[in-house]
Amino acid sequence: MSLPVRPETDRRIDDLLARFPQKGSALLPALYMIQEETGWVSEASMEYVAGKIGLSPAFVSGVVSFYTMFHRRPPGRHHVQICRTLPCALRGADALMAHAAKRLGVKDGQTRPDGAYSLASVECLGACDRAPFMQINDREFGPVDPAAFDDILKRQE
Amino acid sequence: MAYEPLLTRNIHKPGSETLEGYLASGGYQGLRRVLKEFTPEKFVEEVKAAGLRGRGGAGFPTGMKWGFLPKGKEKPRYLCINADESEPGTFKDRLLIEKDPHLVLEGIIAAAYAIECHQAFFYIRGEFHQGYRTFEKAIAEARARGFLGKNILGSGFDLEVLVYRGAGAYICGEETALLESLEGKRGYPRIKPPFPAIVGLYGCPTIINNVETLANVTLIAERGAAWYAGIGRPKNTGPKLFCLSGHVKRPGIFEAPLGIPFLELLNEHAGGMAHPSRPLKAAVPGGSSMKILPASKCDVLMDFDSLAAAGTSLGSAGGIVMDTSVCIVGALLNVARFYAHESCGQCTPCREGTGWLVKILARLERGDGRPEDVDRLADIAFRIEGNTVCPFGEAIAWPVDSYVKAFRAEFEDHAGRRQACTMRAGA
Repeated sequence: MSLPVRPETDRRIDDLLARFPQKGSALLPALYMIQEETGWVSEASMEYVAGKIGLSPAFVSGVVSFYTMFHRRPPGRHHVQICRTLPCALRGADALMAHAAKRLGVKDGQTRPDGAYSLASVECLGACDRAPFMQINDREFGPVDPAAFDDILKRQE
Repeated sequence: MAYEPLLTRNIHKPGSETLEGYLASGGYQGLRRVLKEFTPEKFVEEVKAAGLRGRGGAGFPTGMKWGFLPKGKEKPRYLCINADESEPGTFKDRLLIEKDPHLVLEGIIAAAYAIECHQAFFYIRGEFHQGYRTFEKAIAEARARGFLGKNILGSGFDLEVLVYRGAGAYICGEETALLESLEGKRGYPRIKPPFPAIVGLYGCPTIINNVETLANVTLIAERGAAWYAGIGRPKNTGPKLFCLSGHVKRPGIFEAPLGIPFLELLNEHAGGMAHPSRPLKAAVPGGSSMKILPASKCDVLMDFDSLAAAGTSLGSAGGIVMDTSVCIVGALLNVARFYAHESCGQCTPCREGTGWLVKILARLERGDGRPEDVDRLADIAFRIEGNTVCPFGEAIAWPVDSYVKAFRAEFEDHAGRRQACTMRAGA
């Protein structure tokens, strides 16, 4: 079976196994490494990491599905997450979400067919002083009104 | 006398997140003092005498928690730092992690020394990308300068700190769920007892402390218990970071001694209400899982015991302010949706109950409500509370119970409507 990751990532996962008192702890960091390289966590990579750590693929699948930050499908190149929880809702999150969906041409939870953008409404991102708040991949923006959203979008490509 | 910030004293200085900046502000002197002048047991007593109560939400006395560790040393002891800040309305730990990581790290080292632990894990919520990078860098800097690693500052004490990223699950802020997650599993809370101090990470004695709690440990290390205990109010000592969000003019994080009046925080620190024509309707003082206070009951002091006496809790001090434009049913629907999404699914009352709450609240907002719905909401909350493995059950039962009690007429009015509510939780 060919590796679903680069040999270098494979070695970094080996290093992880030695870092923790019990190697099960390596699972979340290993999943992050895989996702960083491939953009998501495929079934093949779950089987691969299960074999590395000595877990069943079913166990790994159960862990992956528990955590919202592991993508079980490839997200867009720009993954837009808009907070919808109360402090952001009080300051216009709904209007921002509606604007973003229209502007990007995708619905909440979907990826655009060209793969450039995916859009997701998410629960509290812990930046309520910058409401309404959003993330694009690992970058943070807030407060974002529709005009600010358009400006940010222009700077993405 | 104006209050001198302690926890936020460095955050506006350029380079506050670097070791150089921290040392230039007198950093790591507290740790030197602890390693030189205190035995581990004596520093536990010092933290007890300071009266420090945990800043994560429950307000449990930190020194007492440390004292629960078993005496024997057959197994290694672990310190887990809870940096999984996820309670809606709360964003204070993020500030410390991003702007003054060494203030936190110094407290971690002093705490580890006190509980005689040589391996700490910093569990940070996955969405805090910047905080993750900043804290990793802080650890590397500290290690290079002998504040971490073997024989710290010549004291003979060894400590390593590993950063562990969560992956987007609110429940992992619950301490036993955090341990499960750190072991590479789904974040299902464990049944207590046994408490983590006895059986924690990898089955070993473990202490879990919040980020802000450990920053307070640094202050105690620097200036001692007697000085610290003079800040705030009796049994509610020390400085505190208060978050205010929602309909205030200047949302933000404000440092003050425990016991500051809520109205002072709102009107002086946060600049008052955002819209002059829309007065205060209600506020949640401690993050979305705490009980709501209608405007008439907001004249309260912000500390653990005062808010408990007022029928709510300080929680994580994530204050959420709502003005009169807010539909309280819609606000509760938003909160219930959060908890339905974040319920880990382990216990039936919580997994099913949060879903039912969302369904009922959504139909009240749509104008499809039934006369019995208001009592049913309260009944479901009552049946969740106390019937789950972890306090997540209370975290949804308390808002439901308190919103319905404080604003019953608004809920009953919704139940009688035949058209959708046009008020929004939005701006």
